[in-house]
Amino acid sequence: MLKQTPLNATHRELGAKMVDFGGWDMPVNYGSQIEEHHTVRSGCGLFDVSHMLPLDIKGANARAFLRRLVANNIDKLQVSGKALYSCMLNEAGGVIDDLIIYFMDESWFRLVVNAGTAEKDLAWMEKMNADWGMGLALTPRRDLAMIAIQGPNATQALNEALPGVDQITANLKPFNAAAMGEMFIARTGYTGEDGFEVMVLAKSAPFFWKALMEAGGKPIGLGARDTLRLEAGMNLYGQDMDETTSPLESGLAWTVDLKTERDFVGRAALEKSEVTKQLAGLVLLDRGVLRSHQKVITKNGGGEITSGTFSPTMQQSIALARIPLGIAPGEEVEVEIRDKKLRVKVVKYPFVRNGKVLI
Amino acid sequence: MNIPADLKYTPSHEWVRVEADGTLTVGITHHAQDLLGDMVFVENPAAGRTLTKGEECAVVESVKAASDVYAPVAGEVIAANGDVEASPESVNKDAYSAWMFKMKPANAGDVAELLDAAAYQKLVESEAH
Repeated sequence: MLKQTPLNATHRELGAKMVDFGGWDMPVNYGSQIEEHHTVRSGCGLFDVSHMLPLDIKGANARAFLRRLVANNIDKLQVSGKALYSCMLNEAGGVIDDLIIYFMDESWFRLVVNAGTAEKDLAWMEKMNADWGMGLALTPRRDLAMIAIQGPNATQALNEALPGVDQITANLKPFNAAAMGEMFIARTGYTGEDGFEVMVLAKSAPFFWKALMEAGGKPIGLGARDTLRLEAGMNLYGQDMDETTSPLESGLAWTVDLKTERDFVGRAALEKSEVTKQLAGLVLLDRGVLRSHQKVITKNGGGEITSGTFSPTMQQSIALARIPLGIAPGEEVEVEIRDKKLRVKVVKYPFVRNGKVLI
Repeated sequence: MNIPADLKYTPSHEWVRVEADGTLTVGITHHAQDLLGDMVFVENPAAGRTLTKGEECAVVESVKAASDVYAPVAGEVIAANGDVEASPESVNKDAYSAWMFKMKPANAGDVAELLDAAAYQKLVESEAH
């Protein structure tokens, strides 16, 4: 039996094509994935991301716990509502998950973790909580639904759908969040556009979704979510990195704090490790579509595509690939597709931000 | 379900039109394009290529996934549709006018082994369960 979000019936009413997404019954599109993609770049798209898990960490030691638990520096969060993107590593320096941490107050941090890793994450955190004697309460918030509202018209749609929220959206900076009663409004997303991720009580989600649609928001499936995030150069857990890969070879060095003295899980292993690979952007010069696991051939040795797709914004195929160090943006390499070798250019990503092609 | 009665079909979701001169026009079915979603790449076999029955001879790729297209019968490719390679989305718009290639069957009798519309409909329905 697939797990359902509080918006399952809503998706079905809207005629969504539903798929098994890691054990969740989720909409992959509501018609055309490419049209949905363009809607988010030019208007306002709505995503049900309730399969992801909000997790509250409460207690006096919350900050001390996160200092040891995650690779990014939690002490960057000093102002209530500020968010931090980080990896949670295992002792070998592999990535258990990537997550967002919101600082609400010294005894309350809210995390959002991936759907497919939620149980594993929770077990790991509970173990650390016990091992380190932190005495924290870790509460999974399956009573919440999460809706992402993304695109240049996201603010307008949210303001119209939710009277009074304009007081918050007017002052909410990117990567910040605010609580409004039971609601939690974050200016974050996974598309490369302005927008919000809003958590509401599960029972209110269908009504809120309809209000957002009346305010001009269009439903967007997980298919377009993937092409949007890839254009935006954002990693996908399980594809671009996992427990066997180092964040330093996954384009995530910027999220790993090795500058401060702080000891965190995985730090010792990372400091001992030799970095030989990099995550690079690729643009296909020949006809075809880049896909994950295709082989990359470079003058410094082989690599592999971790995420590939056809970019609806650029109208050509793009990818993220783990390739040897020493291959610079602008260089041409080859990708093997069905026993043919196709020409590919290495580029600096993101590919697209705020509706504009950056390549 | 959109399964024209005047066409033949394969279990791998190709449609085949038997032309008056005995040549075959081949594409992928409405059901196949619906499963794949927005099409972004089509690669057809070159004219002159000899195909065995069931041989992987063309590729269609949607945003979501790549899928092989198989030769419905043995024969020789006599034409490939460049328009559909240039506009892969035409497969989504009308799968039955967006033909991919034409072929001359090695044995005219092989066409009898293809599915008719009723049999193909049954197959699609059984796959849905």
